[in-house]
Amino acid sequence: MSNKDKNEVETTGHSWDGIEEYNNPLPRWWLWTFYLCIVWAIGYSIAYPAWPLVKGATTGLLGYSTRAEVAADIQSFDDMNAAVEAELAAADITQIEPNSPLYDYATNAGAAVFRANCSQCHGSGAAGNVGYPNLLDNDWLWGGSIDEIAYTIKHGIRNETDDAHYSEMPRFGADELLEPEQIDQVVEFVLQISGSEFDTTLSSQGAVVFEENCSSCHAEDGTGDRDQGAPNLADAIWLYGGDRETIHETVTNARFGVMPAWGKRLSEAEVNAAAIYVHTRGGGE
Amino acid sequence: MGLLDKHKFIETNATLLLVGSLLVVSIGGIVEIAPLFYLENTIEDVEGMRPYSPLELTGRDVYVREGCYVCHSQMIRPMRDEVERYGHYSLAAESQYDHPFQWGSKRTGPDLARVGGRYSDEWHVDHLSDPQSVVPESVMPKYGYLTKAKIEGEYIEDLLKTHKLVGVPYTSEMIEVAQADFKAQADPDSDYDGLIERYPGAQVRNFDNEPGISEMDALIAYMQMLGTLVDFSTFTPDASR
Repeated sequence: MSNKDKNEVETTGHSWDGIEEYNNPLPRWWLWTFYLCIVWAIGYSIAYPAWPLVKGATTGLLGYSTRAEVAADIQSFDDMNAAVEAELAAADITQIEPNSPLYDYATNAGAAVFRANCSQCHGSGAAGNVGYPNLLDNDWLWGGSIDEIAYTIKHGIRNETDDAHYSEMPRFGADELLEPEQIDQVVEFVLQISGSEFDTTLSSQGAVVFEENCSSCHAEDGTGDRDQGAPNLADAIWLYGGDRETIHETVTNARFGVMPAWGKRLSEAEVNAAAIYVHTRGGGE
Repeated sequence: MGLLDKHKFIETNATLLLVGSLLVVSIGGIVEIAPLFYLENTIEDVEGMRPYSPLELTGRDVYVREGCYVCHSQMIRPMRDEVERYGHYSLAAESQYDHPFQWGSKRTGPDLARVGGRYSDEWHVDHLSDPQSVVPESVMPKYGYLTKAKIEGEYIEDLLKTHKLVGVPYTSEMIEVAQADFKAQADPDSDYDGLIERYPGAQVRNFDNEPGISEMDALIAYMQMLGTLVDFSTFTPDASR
């Protein structure tokens, strides 16, 4: 068009302060694409939900709905896994043969469940965090067998549901159950049984404080009690930290770790899969 | 061609051109926006939705103030991957008391529409104070100062009134006892029966485990209720949407 001689093209006749406008025709391809789009839009608005009317919008000849689509999409995957999911949900998970197809399915599915739901607290590698237990070691608060792990996942710990694991450590310092010097003593005793450096005099006095106040949950030798989720204090594994200050804080204000009840969000099969996955992480019993 | 010749008349009259343009653009607006106000299925009726409690509403203000919506959406789209990860797709009704809504437009962090109950209060405190302490790969900034910002809820009545003005059905009773409700929700030793009656499903706890009410309490109270009000086991979606 730019090559055309000025004289070949008419002007529109508009004249603005002496500036005239050429009346070049639109390129044919552009014009036809434009008309095609109009035709397409009309067809589209007939085929798909489009025009708002008095009671609702037109539903379209194809009957498309985003909600139906996502439901069908999810259903198609559920159907694919239906058999194995049903088997997993109904199975006695303690009896599933390692390396059987069901076991392999469960560990893979469990890994996916873990990444989406558990990793935020327990870490993407399941190594835990301060306040959130490491799932790779042999130290278990509420039990490390597959069915015990499944129970913990399903019902959680110290949450508002009725079946959750529950226990509450007294706030020995904040509620003045122990004198400050008694707390100092029992902290040294805990340092001793956990194999850290400790003060001999204070610790021997602390042994008495421990027996009278702590042993009913943490056991006389400090090895803990899984029925109450009382941690083993006689090892080097710590949930909140094993240095003098942290133990002092724990005795003074206690701890109250909460885990949600995942049974409310996950299916039975997903809970079982996650339990099997966690069990395979190294510390399972 | 008589009508087309008049074009020059419109083009040379700025006011007329403006009015004409407005008319044309309005047609688009009327067709696209107006039906949302009269069509019954725009916001379907779902059971369980209630206005935010005073403490939750305060937490929501903290959420907006800190710009959480810049990185977090609150809108689970109807797609399989989203539903599998976050839970049931969001319903319009679930944002009906949000002024403004927090759907967001971009996700740097995960969607929060159903974050309620997903983590413990302690996790939220740890995570907001130092996100990398629990999620090492996170790029979220630290919000530990919220624990230090103590609040009394002295303007909470005004806040409820403002929301009532834009259509949230707060009753005069709710507004009257707003500050008491505000305090009761963060204190499990208080008498909170009235609060639960006014705001069914409200969670009463000392969310940040520190004495007094802080912005951290409010924000966690808000997040712990997000997406928890509708019972989806009894919900049947209207397919024609």
